[in-house]
Amino acid sequence: MSAQAVPSTPSPEIRHSISPEELARIKRENRRDQFGRAWYKFSRNPLSVLGAAIVIAITLMAIFAPIIAPYPKHAEPFTDFASASQPPSAEHLFGTDEIGRDILSRCIFGFRYSLVMGIVVLALVVPVGVFLGLVAGYYQGTWIDTVVMRVTDIFLSVPPLILALAIASVLEPNLTNAMLAVSLMWWPWYTRLVYGLASTLRNEYFVVSAETVGAGTGHILLREILPNMISPIFTKISLDMGWVIIIGSTLSFVGLGVQPPTPGLGTMVASGARFLPDQWWIAIFPALSIVFIVLGFNLLGDGLRDLFSAEEA
Amino acid sequence: MSGDVVLRVENLKKHFVVGHTGVIHREPITVKAVDGVSFEIRRGETFGIVGESGSGKSTIAYITMGMYLPTSGTITYDGRDLFAEKKRPIGLKKEIQIVFQDPGSSLNPRQSIKQILELPLRIHNPHANRLEEVIRLLDLVDLPPEYMHKYPRQLSGGERQIVAIARALATNPSVVVLDEPTSALDVSVQGKVLNLLIRLQRELGLTYMFITHDLSVMRNLASRVAIMYLGRIAEVAATEQFFSNPQHPYTQMLLSSIPVISEEEEKLKPAKVVSTGEIPSPVNLPKGCSFHTRCPYVMDVCKRVDPVMVDVGQRGGHIARCHLFEQPPEVAQQAEAVAASQEGA
Repeated sequence: MSAQAVPSTPSPEIRHSISPEELARIKRENRRDQFGRAWYKFSRNPLSVLGAAIVIAITLMAIFAPIIAPYPKHAEPFTDFASASQPPSAEHLFGTDEIGRDILSRCIFGFRYSLVMGIVVLALVVPVGVFLGLVAGYYQGTWIDTVVMRVTDIFLSVPPLILALAIASVLEPNLTNAMLAVSLMWWPWYTRLVYGLASTLRNEYFVVSAETVGAGTGHILLREILPNMISPIFTKISLDMGWVIIIGSTLSFVGLGVQPPTPGLGTMVASGARFLPDQWWIAIFPALSIVFIVLGFNLLGDGLRDLFSAEEA
Repeated sequence: MSGDVVLRVENLKKHFVVGHTGVIHREPITVKAVDGVSFEIRRGETFGIVGESGSGKSTIAYITMGMYLPTSGTITYDGRDLFAEKKRPIGLKKEIQIVFQDPGSSLNPRQSIKQILELPLRIHNPHANRLEEVIRLLDLVDLPPEYMHKYPRQLSGGERQIVAIARALATNPSVVVLDEPTSALDVSVQGKVLNLLIRLQRELGLTYMFITHDLSVMRNLASRVAIMYLGRIAEVAATEQFFSNPQHPYTQMLLSSIPVISEEEEKLKPAKVVSTGEIPSPVNLPKGCSFHTRCPYVMDVCKRVDPVMVDVGQRGGHIARCHLFEQPPEVAQQAEAVAASQEGA
């Protein structure tokens, strides 16, 4: 027995034993349990379920726009002056615009550009912002922190819409450049959020413990710190989708984003505004579509935030 | 089994800068968290460090782990200086591991127990079969293997601390620093964790640096005890000597402040010393002996001269830092002369 007590030899007799199949089953059950509990909590709040439903509906409409839209051709260069400026009817639920295009069809296609705007901007912004925030937060108090956070502060001090307008107006006006402009002003918000979280998490004992055991910086940043900020990051992403879409639509509204005849929702509101108040449907339905998208993402974001904060408690 | 020194701490100091004085004459204001501490830990023993909060006991643990660099002084493991290189070599990290006080924050809430235990294995034992090793580690601390798929929040406080102990053992260390491992736990599970620690020490031949403020836990676990007061060691003794024959007035004060229920227990306690006052601020340490503000035997010399470590035991190894024991008068006089010359300068 004393020979077995030497530290380097594992004790040969295992007190508990379990089959690999049993272990795998427990793992599956645990995972299903956790998912089930999260869904249960989420589903208790009717508003967040509504938000999720709106987001799913919009996403499906955007993906299957050519099938769902009653007049898919109307999203392309198209004119039909015979049926121009008709009020909402059974044939054209949202009416038609000044050159006879079905507004409902164009709104459904408009979802595409709004979603693309939101997704591309956040896909560019989140990794960059999160990475910079993580590094600056982990190396808090060093020159890395100073450089990253001062640059961030400079970007944050400029009003976002003004900066986006400035950038977009220097570049050629189109959707790509609008996305670029919004991305350039959006990353600092993530850097700041993640910086705050990382600079508290780095002092948690599980991070210190990983450091004392000899884990590399990559492991500590990506495996120890990052997973603990997934909830606030996702909540912010969901809430930001709405914001980015609003800013994108604003750029389109002033002519710096999606260009006609492409059916951007902001562009449609802009061109329809001329016909207010008599032919109100031309501007109002695209505007309501923007409200619909933003509301969906905001409700979803609020629901996620409640879910995550309940999880933490 | 015991005998040779594993960990030697020599004149360790850690001063934290907490602010600056003035605007023109900017001098740093420091907290002397650890101020000249020396001791040795022998292989296979449990070396206890007790002290009130703020006495610097956890700082010693953190310096040992390399979380802080010492202001001065050294710690050697098996004769190797822990701070010889800027980044501690992986082979040295492996030998010394720590269990933190609060198991709620020392386990990553987003990782399963398996992932938590795998990290040290991946770094220090990359060729091992990780699943088998995780099962072995859980078994070592008496947890069933299916716990590997649980997350920390699904465990009780005691179980979390046991997982933290298993993680510390994953590198096969020879020294484990236990930083108040039971003080965040319910009394009902404290005993379980302590028994586990005792069993693991016996089975694996571990050396413990055990830090606590709980004297009864210390009595049950430690083989030698050091008592700290304001960043310095007041007394070091074998546990039995420490409790039956305390020499330093501070030790006497602490021991007589343990509440007891029965008459018999009361008789076991050393002479009653009433505790007075509060622990002074570590920013503004009293001159001379830092304990003189609360000491019932305070003498003139205590207010001026810092005492040195004196061996007070009949068989050696019982050390107290107090003027009461600096018997040879020439020693005291010398110390006083040194202090006077410093004052004059």
